[in-house]
Amino acid sequence: MTATVTPAKTSTAGVRELLTSNLRQSGILIAFVVVFTAAAIASPNFLSPGNISNIVQQYSYILILAMGMLLVIVAAQIDLSVGSVVALTGAVAAVVVIKWGMPWYMGVLAALAVGLLVGVWQGFWVAFVGIPGFIVTLGGMLIFRGLTYQVLNSISLSPFGGVYYEINNGFQNGLFGGYGVDVFTLVVFAIGALVFAYLQWRTRQGRVAYQQTVESPPLFIGRLVLLAAVIMWLGFELASDRGLPNILILVLALFVVYTLVSQKTVFGRHIYAIGGNLNAARLSGVRVRRINFWVFVNMGLLSAVAGIVYSSRMNAAQPGAGNGLELDAIAACFIGGASTTGGIGRVGGAMIGGLLMAVISNIMSLLGWPMQLQSVAKGVVLLLAVAFDLWNRRRSESAA
Amino acid sequence: MNQILQMRSITKEFPGVKALEDVTLTVGAGEIHAICGENGAGKSTLMKVLSGVYPHGTYKGEIIFEGEEVRFSSINDSEAKGIVIIHQELALVPYLSVAENIFLGNEVRGAGGLIDWNKAAHQAGRLMERVGLHENPLTPVSQLGVGKQQLIEIAKALSKEVKLLILDEPTAALNDTDSEHLLDLIRQLKADGITSIIISHKLNEIAEIADNTTIIRDGRTIETMDMSDPTATQERMIRGMVGRDLAHRFPERTPEIGEPVLEVEDWTVYHPTQPGRVIIDNASFNVRAGEVVGIAGLMGAGRTELAMSLFGHSYGRNITGQVKMHGQVVDTSTVAGAVNASIAYCTEDRKRFGLNLLDDIRHNISAAGLFKLVRGGWINGNEELKIAEEYRASLNIKTPTVMALVGKLSGGNQQKVVLSKWLYTDPEVLILDEPTRGIDVGAKYEIYTIINRMVAAGKAVVVISSELPELLGTCDRIYTIAYGRITGELPVAEATQHALMELMTLERSAELPARNGDNLEASRARGGAEKPSDLDMKGLNR
Repeated sequence: MTATVTPAKTSTAGVRELLTSNLRQSGILIAFVVVFTAAAIASPNFLSPGNISNIVQQYSYILILAMGMLLVIVAAQIDLSVGSVVALTGAVAAVVVIKWGMPWYMGVLAALAVGLLVGVWQGFWVAFVGIPGFIVTLGGMLIFRGLTYQVLNSISLSPFGGVYYEINNGFQNGLFGGYGVDVFTLVVFAIGALVFAYLQWRTRQGRVAYQQTVESPPLFIGRLVLLAAVIMWLGFELASDRGLPNILILVLALFVVYTLVSQKTVFGRHIYAIGGNLNAARLSGVRVRRINFWVFVNMGLLSAVAGIVYSSRMNAAQPGAGNGLELDAIAACFIGGASTTGGIGRVGGAMIGGLLMAVISNIMSLLGWPMQLQSVAKGVVLLLAVAFDLWNRRRSESAA
Repeated sequence: MNQILQMRSITKEFPGVKALEDVTLTVGAGEIHAICGENGAGKSTLMKVLSGVYPHGTYKGEIIFEGEEVRFSSINDSEAKGIVIIHQELALVPYLSVAENIFLGNEVRGAGGLIDWNKAAHQAGRLMERVGLHENPLTPVSQLGVGKQQLIEIAKALSKEVKLLILDEPTAALNDTDSEHLLDLIRQLKADGITSIIISHKLNEIAEIADNTTIIRDGRTIETMDMSDPTATQERMIRGMVGRDLAHRFPERTPEIGEPVLEVEDWTVYHPTQPGRVIIDNASFNVRAGEVVGIAGLMGAGRTELAMSLFGHSYGRNITGQVKMHGQVVDTSTVAGAVNASIAYCTEDRKRFGLNLLDDIRHNISAAGLFKLVRGGWINGNEELKIAEEYRASLNIKTPTVMALVGKLSGGNQQKVVLSKWLYTDPEVLILDEPTRGIDVGAKYEIYTIINRMVAAGKAVVVISSELPELLGTCDRIYTIAYGRITGELPVAEATQHALMELMTLERSAELPARNGDNLEASRARGGAEKPSDLDMKGLNR
């Protein structure tokens, strides 16, 4: 096949095209911005520096779980066991650190090892025996909850203290001093914004080199400036409070890694292929069992990460910890535009889905609404998000 | 003849597309009326307007049924008037019985509003009698073949007291016997006074059965021809459908044939779930560089099973035999192995086995050759897009952008995406299973051109098809397969439809040793001469 060399012509797209071409993604983003703005208006405390840190800390483990869950859901599977695995891995870490008095990193390693084993166990049943993930992980939910009680002798272990406690609750600050505003945090965010802008620019250059549609220059620069401003504002908020939360670094790092894995690696693309059409994937040379196995191993590992973060936040391991977290993670994916039948979904979407639930819970607490209403609100948001998705899909189908 | 249906000046628009423009269709009472046109011409849209899928108000124009204007707002409305549509993809529930399916949504009520199953079974039995389906009404539908399922759909239509029956490609999935049976049934319904509209790509079939034929192209009516008129030839129909003369249905090619590329020896495959049932029996064949080889066989003869078992053992179990590429034995026991060995297989069922309909054209094209795009562990997305654009241009895939979902393309363009996917793996041998099934005349020609381009580049192509004219028009050599055995091999110069059909229906003879290497030679030698008189069906059940 010879490439037909056409004269370089670069077409540019306006705002409207970009939004409508990707309404599935941008719809949820717009919803998030609307809710965020409404929350900021409703409560002056919402945008206070301390509160922003709080939101990040309170929902970090759901965001981490949602990243793994998204891959599971795209592969047309489901994992109901993650809440129990969060509890089990936290319990193992507590036994190692609190009961046996070993250093914090041993607890982390032990929890990760247990998560890995859980993933291998579930991946084996799903991929090589061929039992649906729903059944395997329903079993896992019971098994690992039971094991948590066993490991903890049905009592709570606390406190972790020290570095382990700092994983979720600690901050990076004070390295460069400051006058009420942490300079270090600002520097980190400034570098982050610059790197982000550079990467965006490089992507754009790559697209231009391959003669694809790109945003018009004013739009591109406008978008960069806007996003950089948002990043710097977030940095300033955090800097005026306690600095850069450790957990934010972890969540952002994982977010970058999982976005790249899902979009830019063969493994990631094969997950989408399996979820989209299992038979076609198999006949295109996708090793379906292997992919399914690793998807569940990855979920086990991320559950362990979430387990560490969760127990660090609670500064304790409890037998009933993490109950229902699997449903929050699943809801985040569906709110973020994942398809219930697999093949469709984005890590970024799941993150916004998780954050949307976080913001709603947070503003309801700030306004002093009773706890039980938060659950109702989450349920309604889930329904509305999926209904919007259905409407959007019908709309695009009838346009065909 | 008085008219049962008139659709006047129907115009239906979708955002950005005019699917139908000023279409007029007149159907006489008690006739069989065929509608033909290329895929995407608007046939299905027209039928959806007629049956109320697109409710009144979403289209312009009027529908006159039995002398009065009708305005349907749903399928229920049109069914109440006696218009029933049977879609190409059958709408039966596989685990329910024949009787339950016939009365689904129209259940036979007995005392107290409960379903009276005895009465339902009895009525179902009578309807099944009428359509010539001799089965127990309590048999689950999944146990019956496609041909019989089609009859159930018609029985279901009869239970609704149908006056106008619309059949969308009713014989597309049927073999010749079942098709013949179905066409007979439609004639019989005509004798009972039921009018039928039949949408079909099979011009022979239309010529055989229709009283009148309406041709639709690009959302407009071209003409309605009386089929008893001697000028209503297939050529005229094709001209109407594609808007130009198709003097040559197959592009010209001068074969330049080289050394054997793919050699398959003693290939034997057993049924995946029924132990001991042989599906492919000692098949051997070869394909040479620059050659197009056909595999002709009736449905169920094992054509697809042969190809799929070769390609990564994707069908069957206990597979034995050898596959050689350029004289070297290669391992094709996994799809990846087969792809590595430069073999590619384009499935006959592109929606189920060929494409990820949820994803865009670009990702579907790169799906099998994804490894070629990896740079340092990451997929080069820009390169991927460039490749997709190249295939769009060279295979003439009609789409505004390669980022469009592949599910939105027409059949012919989807087929080109499947072809692109495999061409991108740069295969030495390309196996095409029913490459032109369900696609229109114009796209067929383009697919044949792509085949020619492949062999001109020294590659080898295997075409599996049930359309004998297609094989005769594209191949250099044709193997026939019947009951899992290769029963003959003919150079295209010696092949005729008649000779091929004889070999395709050749049954295993009792005289032949059951498992023997020269089985093939023997049957080949025999195949050319005459049909064995002593047929033993039991030989098949070994």
